[in-house]
Amino acid sequence: MATVANTGLVTQGDLEAYLFRRRLGNIFKYIFLTVLALLWLLPIFAAAITSLRTMDDISINGFWSIPRELVFTNYSEAWTTARVSQYLTNSFIITIPALVGMLFLSSLSAFALARYKFRGNLLIYFMYVAGTMLPFQILLLPVFRLTNSLGIYNSYWALILIHTAFQLGFCTFVLRNFMRTVPSEIFEAARVDGCSEFRQYWRIMLPLTVPSLAALATLQFTWVFNDYLWAIILLQSDSLRPVTAGLATLRGQYTTNWPVITAGALLATLPTVVVFIFLQRYFIQGLTLGSGK
Amino acid sequence: MASIARPRPDEIRRSRGRINWTPYLFLLLPLALYLVWIIGPTFYTMYLSMTNWDGVSANPTFIGLANYERLFRDRTFQESFANNIRWLLVFITVPTMIGLGLAMVFNTEMRGGRWYKISFYAPLVLSGPVIGLIWAWVYNPRAGLINAFLRGVGVESPPGWLADRDLAIWAIIFAAAWRQVGYVMVLYLAGLKNVDPQLVEAAQIDGATRFQLFRRVILPLLAPVTTIVIIISVIDSLRAFDLVAIMTNGGQRTQVLANFMYIEAFNNYQMGYGAAIAVMLFAIMLVFIAWYLWRSLKEELDY
Repeated sequence: MATVANTGLVTQGDLEAYLFRRRLGNIFKYIFLTVLALLWLLPIFAAAITSLRTMDDISINGFWSIPRELVFTNYSEAWTTARVSQYLTNSFIITIPALVGMLFLSSLSAFALARYKFRGNLLIYFMYVAGTMLPFQILLLPVFRLTNSLGIYNSYWALILIHTAFQLGFCTFVLRNFMRTVPSEIFEAARVDGCSEFRQYWRIMLPLTVPSLAALATLQFTWVFNDYLWAIILLQSDSLRPVTAGLATLRGQYTTNWPVITAGALLATLPTVVVFIFLQRYFIQGLTLGSGK
Repeated sequence: MASIARPRPDEIRRSRGRINWTPYLFLLLPLALYLVWIIGPTFYTMYLSMTNWDGVSANPTFIGLANYERLFRDRTFQESFANNIRWLLVFITVPTMIGLGLAMVFNTEMRGGRWYKISFYAPLVLSGPVIGLIWAWVYNPRAGLINAFLRGVGVESPPGWLADRDLAIWAIIFAAAWRQVGYVMVLYLAGLKNVDPQLVEAAQIDGATRFQLFRRVILPLLAPVTTIVIIISVIDSLRAFDLVAIMTNGGQRTQVLANFMYIEAFNNYQMGYGAAIAVMLFAIMLVFIAWYLWRSLKEELDY
């Protein structure tokens, strides 16, 4: 602005008018974005408010009325009677081992694909990439049959294994592309010093990969935790169900009792929301990892 | 990019004819798991689609293409297919445009920008069943917040949303798109970070208007991100299952291929028929998978 003012062609008044317009534009932008953001989150707010009221209050006074009283009984009902606590525990029992498994195994295959030249390297890489894009439906029946013949149908293992296997594709894709950017001189130097191939992977590559692993872990936690389809295919016992499938059961039991249903739904999202809030940077990184190439 | 030396995989084969087993040892475990659980099953489903397996009998009988013939005469298949196409068309346009618009707004430094961004990508961490339940409540014809609002402003008979055969599928797609916008926004924000500010400045000095700058400079630079966004949108719209299963379970003309397959295979025990539906779903996606692989393969070979 200074250079424009110095030409003498722009008066002080023009400048003030310009700044005023700019500020006004800014204010409109903020008002517009605030309204939009609030509307955007309205369904979540609606669920939160509903979960603190009674169904009688809502049906008699209407949704937009001021709540007569705020109650927390819906949460205790969902947590204990509707067993959301049990379902959440199951979700963790399935998600954590699957995460460890997929990250370890995919780092092994990514290392092989990124570091060595061998027959079938590109073929195997593209097989992984193609696998990430498969519709789950093409796997449902054989995997259902496979778990039956392995005797792990209706157990945590069935879900742990399918999630580990399916996400191997995406994790290998991401890690392989990251590992290719690590200069090979490091490994040549290590090899000259007599460092074995496995130690090169474990002691050199893996520590360098930690940021990518963290981003992947955060993203995969959300994906595996939020899976619903595999849970209803591979589990029969309600007591083993993760929280996504548990919510469907809860819906069946409390058909029109929306305060308990919404309380259960909000409880179910707590872990992913906590991960999102504390590991947001990694989560966002993870989402964009796959699109880097 | 040219200034950074990109390393190639090492040539480790020491002498001709001698195979270095190291990479195969690293691949042994993950590849075995992948072949048994993912690649093998894909082909096995193709075989099952040509049988009349009911899920119980030990040996399915081979019946050729009978399941496919039945499929093309099946009304529900046509309905599901049409719904997936609707879903796909909405997904590649609406969230893409809103997500890009939001990314453009949030790309410039602004006070509180972080919190605005969080509001838009918060739905991304919610699971399908949670989104399904929350929106089923929002759409509830009697007490839900939309109809309570509409009645409040004097609309006498507001639509039934999920109970309405013409509206239900659009209501579900809308809820799905609500979640997708944040994803698209994140991808475009990452893409915008890689846009060279010098190019933008050069265009501004040349007197480009804001619209020209967007249309002629930024949009072409974002083309690779747009490709990824479209691929993700296609994959996600063909995978659509959770919301339909939770919100209507295919009722009110909302059936989609994924849910149709699930019902035929696991509720009606028509596993062979279900496999045929799965193969059709796979065939549609294969077009896009092939396109993406072809694109990446060219990149790999240049590299």
